Amino acid sequence: MKEIKLDVSPHIYSSQDTRRMMKGVIVALVPNIFASLYFFRWKAFFVMLVAVVSCALTEYTIQRIRKKNIELSDHSFLVTALLYAMVLPPALPLWMVFLGGVFAIIFGKEIFGGLGCNIFNPALMARAFLMAAFPVALTTWAAPITLDAVTSATPLGLAKFEHVITPYTPLFIGNVAGSIGETSALALLLGFVYLLYKKIIDYRVPLAYVGTVVVFASVCYIINPVVYAPPLFHVLAGGLLIGAIFMATDPVTSPVTKKGRWVFGAGCGVLTMVIRNWGGLPEGVMYAILLMNAVTPLINRMTRPRRFGAKHGT
Amino acid sequence: MTLSTFPGGIHPPYDKEPTIKEPLREAPLPDIAVIPLIQHIGTPARAVVKKGDYVEESQIIGASAGFISSNVHSSVYGEVIDIKNAFHPSMGPVESIFVKRDKTKEKKHYVEIDIEKLSKEEMKEKIRFAGIVGMGGAGFPTHVKLSPPEGKRIKHLIINGAECEPYLTCDHILMTKKAHEIIRGIDIVIRILNPENVCIAIEDNKKAAHFAFKKVLKDVIPKSLRKIKLVSLRTKYPQGGEKQLIKAVSGLEVPPGGLPMDIGFLVQNVGTIYAIYEAVYFNKPLIERIVTITGDAMYRPGNFIVRVGSTLKDILDTYGLELFRDPEKIIFGGPMMGVAQPGLDAPVIKGSSGIVILSGKAVRSYSERQCIRCAKCVDVCPVNLLPTEIMKNSKKGFWEQTEALHATDCIECGACAYVCPSRIPLVQYIKTGKSRIAEKRQ
Repeated sequence: MKEIKLDVSPHIYSSQDTRRMMKGVIVALVPNIFASLYFFRWKAFFVMLVAVVSCALTEYTIQRIRKKNIELSDHSFLVTALLYAMVLPPALPLWMVFLGGVFAIIFGKEIFGGLGCNIFNPALMARAFLMAAFPVALTTWAAPITLDAVTSATPLGLAKFEHVITPYTPLFIGNVAGSIGETSALALLLGFVYLLYKKIIDYRVPLAYVGTVVVFASVCYIINPVVYAPPLFHVLAGGLLIGAIFMATDPVTSPVTKKGRWVFGAGCGVLTMVIRNWGGLPEGVMYAILLMNAVTPLINRMTRPRRFGAKHGT
Repeated sequence: MTLSTFPGGIHPPYDKEPTIKEPLREAPLPDIAVIPLIQHIGTPARAVVKKGDYVEESQIIGASAGFISSNVHSSVYGEVIDIKNAFHPSMGPVESIFVKRDKTKEKKHYVEIDIEKLSKEEMKEKIRFAGIVGMGGAGFPTHVKLSPPEGKRIKHLIINGAECEPYLTCDHILMTKKAHEIIRGIDIVIRILNPENVCIAIEDNKKAAHFAFKKVLKDVIPKSLRKIKLVSLRTKYPQGGEKQLIKAVSGLEVPPGGLPMDIGFLVQNVGTIYAIYEAVYFNKPLIERIVTITGDAMYRPGNFIVRVGSTLKDILDTYGLELFRDPEKIIFGGPMMGVAQPGLDAPVIKGSSGIVILSGKAVRSYSERQCIRCAKCVDVCPVNLLPTEIMKNSKKGFWEQTEALHATDCIECGACAYVCPSRIPLVQYIKTGKSRIAEKRQ
């Protein structure tokens, strides 16, 4: 008889493991990758390539130094790298892309102890770092190939500073200026459906996030339609969808409790709209999510589920 | 129509098909029966025979040693050849009585008696005498459950036919083949407790059992039995857990640390009900049960009527069951909550619902990875716990935090560990936490 195993129950497991979840996220990003390649061509390609190479090299080096098992096979570095690339402007100098990738892995993830231990979303951490270090490069937007221009303002920039509302069709399809992976609502929604179908993300955070933005924007729009953009514009423009679908749903940095996920999504929505409407920047998704990441442990603590069998409130 | 169920839970692959169509087979008697003196929750029974004694089938060999305890009977005619520690399927070595079967004797014949003249107390005494314990796995002495303390009244009786553990079909086959007997068993419990509502709860993947009861209930005339309702539940694991079943059927929750009787409920497994029927109508003690013997390493899986004390080795050798792959895991119970065995030496006891023998193909071994806080465990926990947080605190030895997170409410169903994509043995960490909390409270 071969060796008998004596592990504790349960003796069977669901087929979904960390690796498959990460792969699932990558598959969900495929429509988005194609959209960015279509709209930004080689620029997008090189940004993605450099991001992946820098994240892979950094991860490998750090794990060698820490004498850990090389865990590149869990694909989490690839998810970080791709998400990071998606939120970068297409014409960003490639050395900056590389630097940000190194930052994402070291300060976004490994410094906290590696996968599962970080407080902030690594991709957004890296972008925030670049934003602080190179503000001009991060706000220079190459126009998509379909537009007859070299640079162009983003729809949110246009709305905020020039009160020009971009029409919905290009916003939905994605041929507008912006980070390489945030422009096409269509591609992002395809990815969203896939993530839900494969049960990789929970619907609560995206729903609460987008829902809050819609409510917030509607109220502002009803009060003063001249100053404030309409709600649908706020949903489709900028980084809201990629933020709500791919960034705020990052399991590591969002709450574990069901109630907490509603709170987290709603918090992201409010902060995003406050920054968009009254902040100095046209876009607030990145800071909104990072700020909510910071309060996630608090949210977890305050939204513990009701004990089974206990009366409400205990 | 949407069927009711409980919140949380999982849908594992059930793998019940291989055994469900097979006929119920009677296994021969064991040559040497190894009968542990503890097969229940509570005080172990006390041996009342000694080495060299000749015992009859269904003779008491271990006497109940307290209120929460249970009699143990010999499952064969034969000679007591030894009383020593032997391997128990879930408790390790415990004192057991070895009975060498007298091969000249046939099985005992049990005669049906008229129960109409029996009082409640007489029926309860028969159940106690017969050593009946909960056969769903927990093994709580049944006569204790049937004797609620002063002031507690059982208003609702739920017959548990959920059988939510994957692979196992022993309850299913019992319900299909013995529906009438189970109804007569329920009748006994009704006579003892006189509850207002009675229902048989079955998951909707056991249609045959549902039909069997429907047919019998249509034919049953006595007024007392007309109140028995059939409830179909949406299949989900762990529906068969007492508290989950009550929630699924009634929407009510048993308070933390409390018992079903605190809110007027009593849950009895169908197997236990059948044992009650045999004990009261035939004076037959609990010496045999249906066991699902299955798994991908079994050549011909199925359900068997097995005598208590038959070791797995006996069953495989003498009963002509073959393994056609090398087993890598031998589980007493189901794959979600069962106990992995180091070998084939453990005997079938009163609570052994199944034996699952898995090959290397079905048992993949995983190494534990870092928690990514995906909270899938939180989503499936049927008792609203945060398994990931309990695990982290238990790992670090923060027992107070572990307690504050209500680790003691855990029913150890394993749903969290089943869905964990990082393959963290959450139940193990929670169990460690629970036992440390228990030590501290003492």
